Amino acid sequence: MIKFRYILIAVVLGSSGCATTVPEDAFKLSDTSLQERQVQSRFFETKNEVELLSAGIAVLQDMGYSIDETEKNAGVVTASKTVDATNGGQVAAAVFLALMGGGNVAIDSQQTIEVSFVTLPSKLNRDGYLSRVTFQRVVINTQGMVSRAETLNNEELYSEFFDKLSKSVFLEAQKI
Amino acid sequence: MNLLKITLFTTLLVAISGCATTHDSRILQSGNQVELRSMQTRSFDTEDKNIVVRNVISTLQDLSFVIDKADADLGTVSATKLSGYKIRMTVTVRPQSGESVLVRANAQYNLKPIENPNVYQDFFSVLSKSLFLSANSVE
Repeated sequence: MIKFRYILIAVVLGSSGCATTVPEDAFKLSDTSLQERQVQSRFFETKNEVELLSAGIAVLQDMGYSIDETEKNAGVVTASKTVDATNGGQVAAAVFLALMGGGNVAIDSQQTIEVSFVTLPSKLNRDGYLSRVTFQRVVINTQGMVSRAETLNNEELYSEFFDKLSKSVFLEAQKI
Repeated sequence: MNLLKITLFTTLLVAISGCATTHDSRILQSGNQVELRSMQTRSFDTEDKNIVVRNVISTLQDLSFVIDKADADLGTVSATKLSGYKIRMTVTVRPQSGESVLVRANAQYNLKPIENPNVYQDFFSVLSKSLFLSANSVE
């Protein structure tokens, strides 16, 4: 048994040493990529790209994001914020485990969310722009470790963002 | 028993020294620059640099990247993909003499630069579909 353990340790050390390979599908379009594009994009009938970008900035500010980068000639705005990440379910589970004598369980503590808001002249309609927004986040747990690093694909998140953007575009158009 | 311990320590030593690189080479990344550059570069037959930059951005978004920075004048776009792992990528678009632009991409997977030509081939294949232009290899 001890012999087996030494061999196992040796094999793990030998194989994990330098192994880092890119997942094969990392740079291939997924089956759902068209659907994701539709969820993350909207068309706006406007000839003013800068106005659409600044409406996007206003919505991001409404949501508490800080703007990191802007480039109007490429139609790009990036923003981020770091906020609380605790959720009731995890806290309840951790308390339950602690009561059962399970000791200290790491739960999600804070998350950094990054957004890119992009405008693109529509290929199909000359009188408008496509706007596409993408969210991703890194969640850190109470032990300071990364517990999640992911792109957010929740459909409701995107439709809520565009609802707010539509209102913002409307408000921006009504200059006083 | 002793033999097993010796085996373990030898493996440990190999595992440690196998990855050991001096500090300098990691900063300046010595290696075959010519080969790397050629796998990371393609040329596209168009004069419109801005269209290429915008298609680079939408291609990265199609591949689930979030854009970090972009500069239309310099033609640089940087983006990050998080999916349990982290890929950070920079793409540059430069006008070339004649009616074409050069697109170069370099990417890093977690802590390692990506040096697998297939990865770049996949990226340029998606970009080329988005541009409706073929990606030409560059010597």
